[in-house]
Amino acid sequence: MKYAISLIFGLVCGAVLFAAGFYYNPFVGQSTLSALSVSEVELSSLSYSSVVGDSILFTNDGESISRPYPNKVAELWEPTLVDSQLLVTSLLDSRGMPAGIGIKMSSPSEESNLYGAEILVNSVWHLYIPGRGTLAIDQTENYWSYLRDIVIPAWQSSSDSWRGSWSRNMTVGPGQLGTARVTGLGGEFDGLQSEAVESLNARAYSVLQGPVSMSGMLMMAISDDTDVRDTSDSE
Amino acid sequence: MIKTFVLGLILGLVGAASLVYFVQIVDLHREASQISVRPNGGNAETFYINLPQDRIFAAKRSEDTTNVFPAGLRWPKDQDLDGAASEIFKLRNSDDVVVGIAARISNSRESSGAFIQWMLHFPARGSMFLRMQLAPSEDGVRNGLLMAGTREFETLNGGVSEYFNAEAADAEYEIAGRLELVTALVGQLGDEE
Repeated sequence: MKYAISLIFGLVCGAVLFAAGFYYNPFVGQSTLSALSVSEVELSSLSYSSVVGDSILFTNDGESISRPYPNKVAELWEPTLVDSQLLVTSLLDSRGMPAGIGIKMSSPSEESNLYGAEILVNSVWHLYIPGRGTLAIDQTENYWSYLRDIVIPAWQSSSDSWRGSWSRNMTVGPGQLGTARVTGLGGEFDGLQSEAVESLNARAYSVLQGPVSMSGMLMMAISDDTDVRDTSDSE
Repeated sequence: MIKTFVLGLILGLVGAASLVYFVQIVDLHREASQISVRPNGGNAETFYINLPQDRIFAAKRSEDTTNVFPAGLRWPKDQDLDGAASEIFKLRNSDDVVVGIAARISNSRESSGAFIQWMLHFPARGSMFLRMQLAPSEDGVRNGLLMAGTREFETLNGGVSEYFNAEAADAEYEIAGRLELVTALVGQLGDEE
């Protein structure tokens, strides 16, 4: 009997030891510096609030921490959509002025694997920037750091919340350097092929309502006066 | 007894590592693709949107009026968005099963060029970005091109047609009409798929 207890105790200790080493492994997680920010290309940035109540519309399966907004919006409860999220938000330029509208659709990726600390999400953006044109962004994001550094500590906290200062690049692909693919769809961006990185900046999170103070930023390798259509015409 | 404990510890470590390594944490639900092969090559697939029940979101601003759905939604009042219309729907396959989400954005008064575009997102398959012609044909069909695709659609080229079928109205199911999107896609030459 004592051998059985010893074996079970050893199994539990082994599993806990692995979980602790895995969870606190400092060598996994995303960087705060993107390949774009150390390149010489000119960058444009668009920011948005990740707080559901600040968005134009947000919806998911209706059973997640972040509740659909506004209240009467249809939920994505169908089996094919059940883990997906839809966000419609206003985009601000680098001076904080309204720049356009962004629609983001995201779904968990089957490429996710815990062993590699990859909680992956496939997401696409459709951006409309009035006076300039439209863009498509295709990316894979990794939410491991977000879960480990914000969501789990919030669950562990007696106040059911997390406060702090956290900033990470979420984009990990499909570009070789961990960048998103940008395609110009119309206007001055017509024909554009470029790269982007999305980052999150968090200050407060609640287990009851999700992000409380959080913003996202799309950093794109597009200069503020890009006119791809004119450039291609002149070549 | 210590040896048994150490054995258990090692087994626990290996077991936990195996569990983390081999267990698939995401398993998306898939519906069988309803694809038909076209006589001149490529694949055709038809998607449907039952109106109004599949509408998730709608916003249209023209001059001083803004129409939104659902009620309570705050659509920006920027003058730059004058004429802009945006709608988001659930997308069905030919078996009438919801398989994705579709967003349609247009602005006939956009200074950088009027446009009508679609973004189609299928969680288990990928996404498509489509650019449509501004004017539909005489029979009400609006054609467009695949501008970009992701994952399953990344290497494909082709077109799409959009048609509002008012004859599909069905009072029993409160369907006022059906928006039909037919994609006709072909792989690039040399593409292994």
